[in-house]
Amino acid sequence: MRTRSWLRFTGLRPRMVAGFVFVAVLGAAAAAGAGFTSSRAALVAEVQDGAAEDLRRRVAEVAVTVDYPPDQQALDQMRVALGTSTMVVYGELVSAVGPNLDAVTRELRDAVGAGQEMVLQRVSAVDGPRLVLGTPVLETLMDGTRRDSGIEVYAVRDLSATETRIADSARAAVLTTVLALPLALLIALVVAGRVLRPVRELRAAADRMAGGDLAVRPPVRGSDELGDLARAFVRMAERLQGTVAELRGMEADARRFVADVSHELRTPLTTLVAVAEVLEADADLLPADARTSVLLAAEEIRGLARLVEDLVEISRFDAGRASLLLDDVDVPRTVHACLSSRGWSGEVQLEAPESLRARLDPRRLDVIVANLVGNALRHGRPPVRVSLRADGGDVELEVVDHGPGLSEEVRTRVFERFYKADAARTRSEGSGLGLSIALANARLHGGVIEAGDAPGAGARFVLRLPGAAR
Amino acid sequence: MSELRRNQTVNDLDVERGGHNRLVAEVLLIEDDPSICRGLELALGRHGHRVRIARTGEEGLCRSRSVPPDVVVLDLMLPGVDGFEVCRRLRAEGDVPVIMLTARGNDFDIVGGLEAGADDYVVKPVMPRVLDARIRAVLRRGRTGAGAARVDRHGTLTIDRASLTVARRGVEVSLTPTELRLLLVLSASPGQVFSRVQLLEAVWEHDYLGDSRLVDNCVQRLRAKIEDDSARPVFVQTVRGFGYRFGPT
Repeated sequence: MRTRSWLRFTGLRPRMVAGFVFVAVLGAAAAAGAGFTSSRAALVAEVQDGAAEDLRRRVAEVAVTVDYPPDQQALDQMRVALGTSTMVVYGELVSAVGPNLDAVTRELRDAVGAGQEMVLQRVSAVDGPRLVLGTPVLETLMDGTRRDSGIEVYAVRDLSATETRIADSARAAVLTTVLALPLALLIALVVAGRVLRPVRELRAAADRMAGGDLAVRPPVRGSDELGDLARAFVRMAERLQGTVAELRGMEADARRFVADVSHELRTPLTTLVAVAEVLEADADLLPADARTSVLLAAEEIRGLARLVEDLVEISRFDAGRASLLLDDVDVPRTVHACLSSRGWSGEVQLEAPESLRARLDPRRLDVIVANLVGNALRHGRPPVRVSLRADGGDVELEVVDHGPGLSEEVRTRVFERFYKADAARTRSEGSGLGLSIALANARLHGGVIEAGDAPGAGARFVLRLPGAAR
Repeated sequence: MSELRRNQTVNDLDVERGGHNRLVAEVLLIEDDPSICRGLELALGRHGHRVRIARTGEEGLCRSRSVPPDVVVLDLMLPGVDGFEVCRRLRAEGDVPVIMLTARGNDFDIVGGLEAGADDYVVKPVMPRVLDARIRAVLRRGRTGAGAARVDRHGTLTIDRASLTVARRGVEVSLTPTELRLLLVLSASPGQVFSRVQLLEAVWEHDYLGDSRLVDNCVQRLRAKIEDDSARPVFVQTVRGFGYRFGPT
């Protein structure tokens, strides 16, 4: 159970862990990314500003040593003083020595020519990024004012070292993010485990309760929502246990009552049945009135004994105390014996196979058949036909009479206790419990009894019980 | 087996209405309800039994010791020592047949009574003629043999069908009439499988609806007396799903 929910991706725990890891990694990535971006901007600005300042300083130093207008030689001297990869331009005169000077674009020169103080441009060449700087050289006049001398200085600086540092910091940012993943997963697992522990405990408690252990209580801790849930669970369990105990008590009381009533009724009935037999044996010696009375009393005493027996039987079903005593039963023989022992063999046509064995409770089968046939004989009209057959793994027994059949209302109510289809007949030979007892016995076997009409005949009851030997 | 079936019915007996009957059995009725005692005494008397009455378990045990009855009819719910205990003590003291009377008719009473060693049971309210039939059946078990009168030897077991005695390793085993009858029926045809229904008819003379727990309990008690190891029986073998047979085969 537990392992399966752990493997389930929609489970609360994997979802919590996944969510936590996602947020943690996203946060780490965002923080590392932001740090990387700002550090890269600062680094680039620092390098650019340094290069520009350096160039500006050198140009200022050189500018004062130059005579205006300069010639080619003066430009060369300036270029040498300004360092490598430098180009000095004055009108048509150009002094340029050093690598990468082709990075100085027309655009840049136009921008410098337009009189901007310092122009920076980053270009990426095949062998690495470059910073191209361009500035006009200002001439300081005798009165201290400065003017554009017409000389332009361009310098190209290699940015490879800077790029390497930027790449390093990018790698550091990615590494930070990657390292955050297992850490986040670990923390997420621990946290999810702690948060979900009360949920797991509640579920275990609910499982055990479902299994019938009503005394189980989940541990209650904390004052958070899960603590409230556990408290509510405990309240529910206590209430449920109380109610179940109450019901069990009532059930036990009812069972005791039935046992007591059964005992209290059977005790006087035992005497009555015993003396009724003595009286009946001597009935012929009595005057006619007394003789009739004695026979009537004896008959009623036997009826009362049957009624008590049926009531006790049905209360056993109500209390869920009826149990099956299964045996390997020769069904045709049992049905035949059921009919003959009650003196019904002459009135009932039995159609049965030679052999049909089934795993049944023989006493209960006898009760079912006796009640179905007894009902047909009392309430239907002859001939009553009983047919027995095996239907797959079921034993099927059909009882058909030739009476008026069952109306729709009777059909639905015929298994009710003390139900009388004919209201005028307030009493009949049966206890009024026969069919309900038959049905309860069939159900105890996992079987059914269906009531209906047979075409061309009267009422038809079909009993179906599992357990036939194939 | 048909000759073993009920070969006598109430009608065959010369019950003289209102007169004295030929004595069939000394019945000791242990029952606390005075009306039942009187009623059954009257009714069983009509069937030819002499009924002695004990109103408590102790009294019943006492009367049983002083004048041993042919059969004890025992109510299970008694004040003081209950019917189960009375049955156990009767079994410990001798082999008198015991028929239980249960007022509740539930499995607890029936199984408990059979385990205590009762030979048969009836549920209140019992028809006196049914009780009479049971009494006669239980008495017949100890009086007539099954099969030819001869001495059979099966390993360590010796069954004398004439004197109705059983000896294990030369020592006589004390069996109740029901246990003896069951052993005689089974051992008359070694190897033959008897269903519980067949045994109920042959030994208890019950109809097809007899309680198969009677057979199972009696087999248990019989095994305890004649087998070396009743958990691994040699003589009374269970044939799963069918019944029992007598070995060793």
